Amino acid sequence: MPTLTLLLMDAPYEQARTSTAFRLIDAALRRGVGVRVFAYEGAVSLSMTSQKPHANAVHGRTLEEEAHPTPHAWVGALIDLAREKGATFDWVNCGLCVDERGANEVVAGVRRGSPADFWKMNLESVNTLVIPTR
Amino acid sequence: MSCYLLIESRDPFESKGFNQRCELALTLLGESNAVTLFLLENAVLGARAGAKAAGLEKLAKAGVCLLADEFALRERGVTELAPHVTAANLDAVIGELAGGAKALWN
Repeated sequence: MPTLTLLLMDAPYEQARTSTAFRLIDAALRRGVGVRVFAYEGAVSLSMTSQKPHANAVHGRTLEEEAHPTPHAWVGALIDLAREKGATFDWVNCGLCVDERGANEVVAGVRRGSPADFWKMNLESVNTLVIPTR
Repeated sequence: MSCYLLIESRDPFESKGFNQRCELALTLLGESNAVTLFLLENAVLGARAGAKAAGLEKLAKAGVCLLADEFALRERGVTELAPHVTAANLDAVIGELAGGAKALWN
C-alpha cells in the first residue's frame, strides 16, 4: 500500500489550507493510501486537546446547535478512519515547535519528533507534499 | 518524461505570482513533461465561465490538464465552468501523488 507524506505549517482556525489538508488526508485514507503527517510550526497546535467548542452568542446558538468543530477532533477522526481502513497513519509534531507553544497535550496517537522524522517519512513514502504557510 | 502536479490555491486575480506559475507549467510542458494544474480554494475563481483568466486558457491550449476542486467550486457558488476546466474531487490529487507526480503547492 503506498504512503504519502504531508508537511503542514499553518496554525488552526486561520487558513483554508488547514481544512484542505484534512480533506486530502481523508481522501487518501478512504482510498487505502497511508498518510504520514509532519506538523511544523503553528500546525503542532492542530492536535491540542485543550481546544474547546463554543456557543455562538451573535447568532443565538447553543454549544450543541453551533456544533463548532475542533481540529483536534478531526485529527482523532482521521486516526480512527485509518484504523478502520487498515491504512498506515503517523502524525509527528515538531518537538521544538511544541515547546515554544506549550502544545503538549495532544490527541492519542500523535507523537513528538524532529525534522529528522520528516526526512525519514519522506524516504518511507512514495511522495511528499509540502503545504507551506505564507 | 516526468509528471508534474501544480496545485494552485491563490486567486489568480489577486496573486501576482499566478502568471509565473503558468509560465512554469508551460516550461515544464515544453520539456516533454505531463503537467496537471489543480485549482483549489480561491484559485477556482479563475475557472468560472466567462472569467478573464487568459493564462488558464493558454495552458489548456498548450496541453496542460486543468482541474478545479468541486468542493471549492460549491463553496463559492461557481456552477458554470470555463470549457477548458474540469471539476474534480481530491481523489485526483491523491491519485497523482500516489502515482509519483512531482508536486508543488502554491
